[in-house]
Amino acid sequence: MAASASLQSLLEGAFPDATELSVVDRTGGGDHFQVTVASARFAGLTLVDQHRLVYDALARPLADGTIHELRIKTKGTE
Amino acid sequence: MTELSTRIKNLIDDEPVALFMKGTPNLVMCGNSQRALEALRALGAPVTTVDVLPDPQIRQELSALSGWPTIPQVFVGGELVGGADIVQELAESGELRQKLADALGPDYATGEERVVDLLAPAR
Repeated sequence: MAASASLQSLLEGAFPDATELSVVDRTGGGDHFQVTVASARFAGLTLVDQHRLVYDALARPLADGTIHELRIKTKGTE
Repeated sequence: MTELSTRIKNLIDDEPVALFMKGTPNLVMCGNSQRALEALRALGAPVTTVDVLPDPQIRQELSALSGWPTIPQVFVGGELVGGADIVQELAESGELRQKLADALGPDYATGEERVVDLLAPAR
């Protein structure tokens, strides 16, 4: 809940152009998340580099233990 | 570089497929590690696994080397392929099989599994 909203706003800040952006709390426990981001910024990048951009945006909650498990789905916009 | 960091780097460079995971193939301690292992197994990839749980320093040094913050991490031919989501996605699209064949040769699918303890004294 609170954690999902804070991840959502971090991602919105990092991907202001996103055409799709969602954060799902997979277990309801506030620490296992599925994030989905569609952005033109991903165009031409490898999946590794696409996921790195998401990790960069979420560096703080990843480092401080807010995120116990993260699943990422990125989409370039075609 | 610390000695541990050197060991990690050598393992990544030397092993055809390296999987840094939580737990071992016999006792996987995390769903994402399980997904990465299954995707590699389904393709018959030879997998060398390293359990990062015995010492938090393994994970720290690994992430410092790879620039990848989460576990699992999969390397093929010394190159970071990604975490569980990417490995699963590439397996589904057929790109993982291609990557394995490109890096290891067409007869890569030995299905061999090996567990390496990075904390054990040097051989």
